[in-house]
Amino acid sequence: MYYLYIATGLTLLISFIGNRGKTFKAVKIAFKKLVKIFPAFLTMLILVSIVLFLVPDKTISNYLGNNGKFIGVILASFFGSITLMPGFIAFPLCGILFKKGVGYMILSAFTTTLMMVGILTYPIEKEYFGVKVSIIRNTISFFIAIIVALSIGFFFGELL
Amino acid sequence: MKLQNKYIKALAIIIYFVFIIGSFVIGFKPGKQIGHNFITFSMEMLKILPCAFILIGLFEVWVKKESIEKHLGKGSGMLGYIWVIILAGTTVGGLYVAFPVAYSLFKKGAKLAVIFTYIGASAICRIPMTIFESSFMGIKFSLIRLIVSVPLVILSSIWLGNYLEKKSYRIMEGK
Repeated sequence: MYYLYIATGLTLLISFIGNRGKTFKAVKIAFKKLVKIFPAFLTMLILVSIVLFLVPDKTISNYLGNNGKFIGVILASFFGSITLMPGFIAFPLCGILFKKGVGYMILSAFTTTLMMVGILTYPIEKEYFGVKVSIIRNTISFFIAIIVALSIGFFFGELL
Repeated sequence: MKLQNKYIKALAIIIYFVFIIGSFVIGFKPGKQIGHNFITFSMEMLKILPCAFILIGLFEVWVKKESIEKHLGKGSGMLGYIWVIILAGTTVGGLYVAFPVAYSLFKKGAKLAVIFTYIGASAICRIPMTIFESSFMGIKFSLIRLIVSVPLVILSSIWLGNYLEKKSYRIMEGK
């Protein structure tokens, strides 16, 4: 996380040395944009807090661990699509699940949909891309995630 | 109608916060749990968003439209996709940061196929995330994931981009 602060600070400093006026303008633009999209972020945070309550890690572990591999992939991609969690929670969770015997194919279906399909980020996405394109993009992403999972299954010898 | 929706939304948000605060006051466990989730995620985003938006602001002020048009615009070719994937690799957070960046790229003249590639790539190619992933899942796992997903993201983005370009589709900033 620190590299983000360092990078932002350095860029800001260089910009400030280069041109004060432009730098103030940039900060102003940043603030305006943030305010504009804030309601969508608030909606997303509220949805995230409720969904994570309804579908906690434990539930996800249970469903991914206790079913056949193909049902597992379907359930995993469902949970990956409807939830949102940062990598530092998701990958350790997958590490634990793997040790419990959940296969790579199921885990990749979960992580890839988690990354690519954003039902919870939809309130933000539709502000920029509109309803129709957001739905198209998420649908395509879902299928890409399934293809990725099947490929992982194939290369790790779990498919057959 | 539109205004009415706005009021309903505002009311829902107020009810949500009253419910959370009420839950903490009377010790209602599910409500407290939801409140904790809200705070955890808000903090996570507060750590990222101000920096991300300042960088977006600096991008809009400093980067010339001509250079984005040239490297990521209509005549950019394959190299444009590579540039944008590298940019995506350094993106922090995830989709919710990628969307506002995509809008700025659009305003500066990047073509839609490149922008959708950026969105997809910033979901799957973020470098810190991929390193973290491979430390838990193994390098083979991460490599297969990237080798399979990146071409699919580019191809589907070209398709979607070209389709929308014909319809003179525009990315907006709030409605």
